[in-house]
Amino acid sequence: MTHPDFLWRNPDPGPSYDVVIVGGGGHGLATAYYLARNHGLTNVAVLERGWLAGGNMARNTTIIRSNYLWDESAAIYEHSLKLWEGLSAELDYDLQFSQRGVLNLAHNLGDVREGRRRVNANRLNGVDAEWLDPDEVRKFCPIINVSARARYPVMGATLQRRGGIAKHDHVAWALARRADAYGIDLIQGCEVTGFEITGNRVTAVETSRGRIAAGKVALAAAGHTSVLAEQAGIRLPLQSHPLQALVSELLEPVLDCVVMSNAVHVYVSQAHKGELVMGAGIDAYNSYGQRGGVHVIEAQMAAALELFPIFSRVRVLRTWAGIVDVSPDASPVIGPTPVDGLYINAGWGTGGFKATPGSGWVYAHTIAEGRPHPLAEPFGLDRFTTGALIDEHGAAAVAH
Amino acid sequence: MLLIDCPHCGPRDETEFHYGGQAGIAYPTGDVSDEEWAEYVFMRDNPKGWFRERWFHVHGCRTWFGVERHTVTHEIRKT
Repeated sequence: MTHPDFLWRNPDPGPSYDVVIVGGGGHGLATAYYLARNHGLTNVAVLERGWLAGGNMARNTTIIRSNYLWDESAAIYEHSLKLWEGLSAELDYDLQFSQRGVLNLAHNLGDVREGRRRVNANRLNGVDAEWLDPDEVRKFCPIINVSARARYPVMGATLQRRGGIAKHDHVAWALARRADAYGIDLIQGCEVTGFEITGNRVTAVETSRGRIAAGKVALAAAGHTSVLAEQAGIRLPLQSHPLQALVSELLEPVLDCVVMSNAVHVYVSQAHKGELVMGAGIDAYNSYGQRGGVHVIEAQMAAALELFPIFSRVRVLRTWAGIVDVSPDASPVIGPTPVDGLYINAGWGTGGFKATPGSGWVYAHTIAEGRPHPLAEPFGLDRFTTGALIDEHGAAAVAH
Repeated sequence: MLLIDCPHCGPRDETEFHYGGQAGIAYPTGDVSDEEWAEYVFMRDNPKGWFRERWFHVHGCRTWFGVERHTVTHEIRKT
């Protein structure tokens, strides 16, 4: 089962490439695109085990924002958001990028202090951020229950007006079309089963469709990165968990912003077509099963109804889970590995979609130049030894 | 939802338990390098298949115990 092939060729793998990217999701496709656009590298293949963008790219809640607390995170996510702002025009494809605003609600004094601190940190980093009191929250999003008698009253919210959503499939197709036009081979149904390492240098990948020689190999396989890296003898500080999401039946337009709540833990937006798109936290246990427990959805629905009593009779249409790769400090891992020529871009955990263009940009630079892009440098593997963690647990406006 | 067989209380819903991650992680002894300490603190197996892990029966007997669980099928074969 593959996508229609009219936006890109569907080539067989060639015998060798300068760069082989493992993983044909958003990050892999963005990396391929920027390798060609920014660095003139077009002898590149993207290998995808299934079909293009059929993994987490098809399973996320499409929220885009850059309101991260720490400087390193704000820098890379804001770089990404700036790319989003020009991406539809650049790719000549309507990504349905909609800067409708992202609210992060506060339900207790701790939330209020965290939110105000983050607004100030964002502004110092040139990221747009505002603090809304409960009355301003009600004006911005009238269907939120801001009653002081609620079990978890809304005590305010941060607002990033430039945040919003985009159409995930369009993003993948637009990037794939442009990468293909540069001559990059997007190879579907091609699973990487091993790495050929000569000395300490990667020289080829073994795949379900034969050996492919590679000057450099770049992993971009999200939740399955540990499985791949193990085949190259590399142990990574990543754990794979299911992250569930769901959509409701179609509704008339009722919610014109993104609402996230850390304390009661739900995030919700309304898709262009009309479904409410809702996400939860990860299931606690490690899994590659692409499904999770019903109790997680139940808790998420309870949180949604607490905030939006108007949704009480809305039916759930579909639920699913993606496998997310969670790092110990809830920040990504980007850069070289102990094997020469083998690069890693993983650990985006629950929030990789928003980073798609920014991630591709810095990863392409890292691969092409053979050293980390300045925005990626703090996110190297060595931080777990040096202790220079970028601890976004809870700080990043959502619990992980 | 998982049905987890607590060695003391018998099979119970996953919601009664707290997940404790990989089983059998030994505290390092003696002088350890930064690399060894990082290994102990941050590195865990993440297999696609059988995984030895710890669960805590937080709403029951409050005992930690180990199980083997398959990370694709979610089958549990030993408590």
